[in-house]
Amino acid sequence: MKIVACVSHVPDTAAKIAVGADNKSIDPNGVTFVVNPYDEFAIEEALKTKESLGGEVVILSVGNDANKETIRKALAMGADSAVLLKSENELDSVSVAKALAEEIKAQEANLVFFGKQSVDYDNSIVGQLTAEMLGYNCVSVVVNFKLDGEKITAEREIEGGREVVETSLPAVVTAQKGLNEPRYASLKGIMAAKRKTIEEKDAAGSDSYVEVVEMKKPAPKQAGKVVGSDASAVPELVRLLKEEAKVI
Amino acid sequence: MANKVLVFIEQRNGQIKKASLEAAKAGSDIAAKYGCEAVAVAVGNEIEELSKVGNYGINKVVHFKNADLENYSTSAYGDVVADYAKEAGADIVLFGNTAMGKDLSPKVAVKLDAGIAMDCVNVDYDGDDILVTRPVYAGKALLNVKVKPANKVFTLRPNVYQVGDLSDSQAEVEVKEVAEPNLSAKVVELKKSEGKLDVAEAEVIVSGGRGMKGPEHFNLVEDLADALGAAVGASRAVVDAGWRPHSEQVGQTGKVVSPTLYVALGISGAIQHLAGMRSSKYIVAINKDKDAPIFQIADYGITGDVFEVVPALVEEIKKVKE
Repeated sequence: MKIVACVSHVPDTAAKIAVGADNKSIDPNGVTFVVNPYDEFAIEEALKTKESLGGEVVILSVGNDANKETIRKALAMGADSAVLLKSENELDSVSVAKALAEEIKAQEANLVFFGKQSVDYDNSIVGQLTAEMLGYNCVSVVVNFKLDGEKITAEREIEGGREVVETSLPAVVTAQKGLNEPRYASLKGIMAAKRKTIEEKDAAGSDSYVEVVEMKKPAPKQAGKVVGSDASAVPELVRLLKEEAKVI
Repeated sequence: MANKVLVFIEQRNGQIKKASLEAAKAGSDIAAKYGCEAVAVAVGNEIEELSKVGNYGINKVVHFKNADLENYSTSAYGDVVADYAKEAGADIVLFGNTAMGKDLSPKVAVKLDAGIAMDCVNVDYDGDDILVTRPVYAGKALLNVKVKPANKVFTLRPNVYQVGDLSDSQAEVEVKEVAEPNLSAKVVELKKSEGKLDVAEAEVIVSGGRGMKGPEHFNLVEDLADALGAAVGASRAVVDAGWRPHSEQVGQTGKVVSPTLYVALGISGAIQHLAGMRSSKYIVAINKDKDAPIFQIADYGITGDVFEVVPALVEEIKKVKE
């Protein structure tokens, strides 16, 4: 079975974000880029599935040469091969999904893992869009995944609980934290990843469906009052919450 | 411009979600701006009080009904909503940005060949174009965007859209039986997490961080949450340490929340945590370290020991609430 894991290359969550000179994107200076945290769960689940059922794991990523760092990490974890779908333009979720769907079709992969969202644009929809474009079943925000023949049983996180979903291959699954514990790359894996080639193709083109008009920082929040430094401040705090903020 | 606005009304266990009513108001406001009609669509079995979407400015709601639609199904709900959007000629479709909205809206967008923008916190106009604002990088920045294709799908962040004064009118409810729902993906069981409030939906959240010193002290966080009728949240540090489940994590790799009141106990305020809760209306911080970054965004703070301050706070709140 051919299994695909899609990865994106994003600013570390500890990074401070500043708006770039174009007022439409971030200033990448001084920002460390990493494997999108949720994609690590997707890579791990793809590898686990291959280990129990056989097959191969192909990594797909849409972006530019910088993404190769993230792709190498996925290869070092144990993925077999990778394709970078190159685009120098900022694409929106729909155009990224179109490029991925095209390549997944070419790869004839019938099980595809995504992270549930990229922690840059936070749309949290590329997996679902790709599934629909391919006509695949889809389960998003998955914390538990089982594949038995063609049958999938997955638990997805919802408000206040989980839904247990039954569906079947071909399918897209988007991974939530808790699905698994991503492995660290071994030294052997890291060495092997250096020898693997990353195939490069142009992303199947479509213009972005969304126009970015402006990026801005949220209005700075004013630091408020320090009411006191011990329990004697409690009555005043409660008074403020009741009378000034009117929240209790 | 727009020809017709369609709002998806989400139900769980037959109850309408508040996020959908906010979307209904946003939908009727957009329709008013363009001088077109806004209608609503709901999918489920029995649904209580559907006509109340009328209070939010929508005069008609179509209820697609089947016993097998009581629980969510991506495939069945996607087909029903997209087919109805096409039949009604809707070119703007709105959802609440909930677990269901996030799963369903992209599917509908593809079926309509629409562009899509998620988790919008503001709806504005640039001439005839809708201009929405959406937080990116977990709220460290905001993006103003226009969706280019004629068909547009938006989801709205819960607890943000101002619904203003409600009207008394009731919507006309039209029930349409669905003959054979497409159940290629089907929810076979719902697992509830102990009937507690979820941080994603709560109006008040009390979160604990490393300053709680161990999972055995989270009863203090829970006591304060109970006194306030709040959900319990947690910082990434304590989730990674295994003290609390990930479903409670607030921050960039947890849930991004906008409650009316957010109380941070023993949380210093890492960038990724602040990003996830800074849009809360009121923030209270209790932390021994007066230099903790959390105090830079807190409305009210006590620079004291949580083990001393929190029990006193629980007592005081109980007193006031009596």
